[in-house]
Amino acid sequence: MLKLDTEKKEHNFSYTSVKNAMEKVILDPSQKARIKVRNLNFSYGEKQALKNISLDIYEKKVTAIIGPSGCGKSTFIRILNRMSDFTLSSKVEGEILLDGKDIFSKDFSPVELRKKVGMVFQKPNPFPKSIIENIAYGLKINGVKDKHKIEEKVIKSLKRAALYEEIKNRINESALGLSGGQQQRLCIARCIAIEPEVILFDEPCASLDPISTAKIEELILELKNYYTIVIVTHNMQQALRVSDYTAFFLMGELIEFNETKKIFENPSDKRTEDYITGRFG
Amino acid sequence: MSIKSENFREKAIEYTLFILSLSAIIFLAGIIFTLIKEAIPAFKEIGFFKMLLSKDWYPTYDPPDFGILPLMAGTMVVTVIALLISIPLGLACAIYISELAGKREKVFLKPFIELLSSIPSVVYGFWGIVFLAPAIQKYFDIPSGYCAITSGIVLGIMSAPIIASLSEDSLNYVPKSFKEAAFALGSNKFETLMNVTIPAAASGIITSIILGTGRIIGETMVVLMLSGGAAIMPTSALEPVRPMTSAIAAEMGEAAFKTLHYYSLFAIALILFAITFVLNMLAEKISKKYRIKLGSSR
Amino acid sequence: MINADTYKFSIFKILTNSLCKTNKDIKQYIAFSVIKLTFFLTVSILVGIIGFLIFKGARVISLDFIFKMPENSMTSGGIFPAILGTFYLVTLSVIFSAIPGIACAIYLNEYGPKGFISTLIRISINNLSGVPSIVFGLFGLAIFVKQLNFGISILSGSLTLSIVILPIIISSTREALMTIPQSMREASMALGASKWTTIWKIILPQALPSIMTAIILGIGRAAGETAPILFTAAVFYSRELPKSIFSEVMALPYHIYALITEGTSPQQQIPIAYGCALVLLFLVIIISISAIFIRQKQRSLYAKTGH
Repeated sequence: MLKLDTEKKEHNFSYTSVKNAMEKVILDPSQKARIKVRNLNFSYGEKQALKNISLDIYEKKVTAIIGPSGCGKSTFIRILNRMSDFTLSSKVEGEILLDGKDIFSKDFSPVELRKKVGMVFQKPNPFPKSIIENIAYGLKINGVKDKHKIEEKVIKSLKRAALYEEIKNRINESALGLSGGQQQRLCIARCIAIEPEVILFDEPCASLDPISTAKIEELILELKNYYTIVIVTHNMQQALRVSDYTAFFLMGELIEFNETKKIFENPSDKRTEDYITGRFG
Repeated sequence: MSIKSENFREKAIEYTLFILSLSAIIFLAGIIFTLIKEAIPAFKEIGFFKMLLSKDWYPTYDPPDFGILPLMAGTMVVTVIALLISIPLGLACAIYISELAGKREKVFLKPFIELLSSIPSVVYGFWGIVFLAPAIQKYFDIPSGYCAITSGIVLGIMSAPIIASLSEDSLNYVPKSFKEAAFALGSNKFETLMNVTIPAAASGIITSIILGTGRIIGETMVVLMLSGGAAIMPTSALEPVRPMTSAIAAEMGEAAFKTLHYYSLFAIALILFAITFVLNMLAEKISKKYRIKLGSSR
Repeated sequence: MINADTYKFSIFKILTNSLCKTNKDIKQYIAFSVIKLTFFLTVSILVGIIGFLIFKGARVISLDFIFKMPENSMTSGGIFPAILGTFYLVTLSVIFSAIPGIACAIYLNEYGPKGFISTLIRISINNLSGVPSIVFGLFGLAIFVKQLNFGISILSGSLTLSIVILPIIISSTREALMTIPQSMREASMALGASKWTTIWKIILPQALPSIMTAIILGIGRAAGETAPILFTAAVFYSRELPKSIFSEVMALPYHIYALITEGTSPQQQIPIAYGCALVLLFLVIIISISAIFIRQKQRSLYAKTGH
């Protein structure tokens, strides 16, 4: 097997001085990597949004992507389930392997990919339908027709998203009547109903109040038992609270990737330290 | 559904939508092609420049004359009168609705103006016949109320809501920050309007006037009913005229299929189409520039 | 940039102007008074026209007028065939133009490749909406009546009208699709829905009320147009109601025109024309109001949900 650049360097890490950003990407060979990103470049128009990103996303762990706004963290997470396809005149180079299969290869349809890699967005975006229909939508388009089965799955997803108890009496009412935090949990329920393997959270608490945020964080920690999770956040405390691994992005580059604890306690790059201690961003 | 059949379905739908959306191109091309095809015999037989520059339009005489200059002059006179009325009225309405009216008034007025602009032209023409033409005849003491000024006035009133609605849109698009900056410098509402809002919306307003002009030139029923129908070179606004659209509408019914008269009416239509085509392209060009201009400062 | 320059220049002007304070308030008062007066003048003229037609027409209108056939060579009786004819023409023309119109709007807004063809489609739509209606009439005459040999008929007339309203349906449908927030498309796609599934199950149901508005606007336009049906469909008088789509028809707008210009006994026929004008006016106003109402409701719905 071809040995990748990053993996080579990781061996030498403790012996050489740290110059290149790549050398601060510490991969963890003891974990099972569900997604491997290798030398990923992404540009739209004239702008190079991501430069040579390589990292791993580990099974049933929470990986946080942090960095100041405009650093490419949202762009990155949107490539993982190819939502980036809708960015006009964009170009992707490099590899992303989901369980060893290249997600950009011809026989991997983006529709199939998105069933496996679900996404929760910054702003809650429920459909203007009833709560139950919101969740049933994903099941229906994926070919589930049996009404009882759908209902069963809807309830299971709502329970798993810690929303069921609050709204069980009004699941036939419009989802737009829910509060912001409830809407976001509904979107999470909608996402997990189709049983994805990986869930991408793109700043899920950006538009929520602290109490709703705490609930979502609690939920993410719970969901970790079933799913592989990637979360983009601009809130470092949140990254510290929920994640196992953290990647720090700056101006389209991956500056540092390591276990969250290590990143926060002992960052190896000056810029990471500056960012997490609040000197910029 | 398997991935392959779903992919196939997606592609099939996209192509179907694509083909259906070609209809707009096909119809426009069809119109251009038909007009040219049916106009060519007229240009060939009569001569393009002779047709355009001759002052006599007697299509059913023996020998017939096919000079469309008086028809174009008729269109010109009526259009100028109409614009003299519709531009001030339309702009005043636009400014009032966008700058002076209260919030509640605005919510009501904008749809109201749109409603007025949807009234069919034949209704305006009818009003012109039963009300305005007799009034004009009496006031100016002329033999007939059906003349250039009558149809010009009705056209002007009719197109005022169109110009108002389009101009109001462009006034509304001017970013608030522009106006606030002017207010902050101690200018009053009127100065802000004249020095900031109107210059910023100028190209939008010009576009709306161009589009309004196109509508006036192409309007058929009002001129057919009110302009009197005499194909002579007009010397005053009180004389009857025969604008291009009304000549087509009035004569096509009588012109025998595939005769020189028939072809020459298509030639008029082709010229009419060319005028409105140029106006449309002009409007599009100006409004595109305007979008870029405001887009960058928003 | 031109804009920045005019902007700076205006600020300079404002600074100099603000030196003479009282003078400028007088100017403003006069200018705004003129604008206000002109506005009220315009509205009162337009409302006056409508009021005049309502006043004169209301005396003529009755159930018999609407539901009876014309009698005594159009000097008495009702206008039922004209109303029915307009109904046929409008219905068919909307049927003909709705499918390509909505398809075109979907293609431009949802697939919208940036390319030569799309630009060409956009330009065609803009130009089509500015083509004089009499030119559509000639096209209909040359192609539908003569070339395809449909004759002067409901079919020829409604095909011609469908081209007239096509650009209206396309641009209003497109506007409707544009108001659907991008987040709805993303939410659906992220669940593994294909593009068409997203359009069919999420976008179109949400845009439906606004698409209805588009169609209603088309109906309003088709109902009032006269020039396109002059040589393609309309007749002043027909002995019986149309039997098939190949029959000639009477139509409301043409009927008004014909009564007032070709009528042989104006004493009896002008009142009928007043009635006709009022019926047409009423129809168009009802249609426009319902379109505006649906659109307003849709807008406030989005304002509420914060999208």
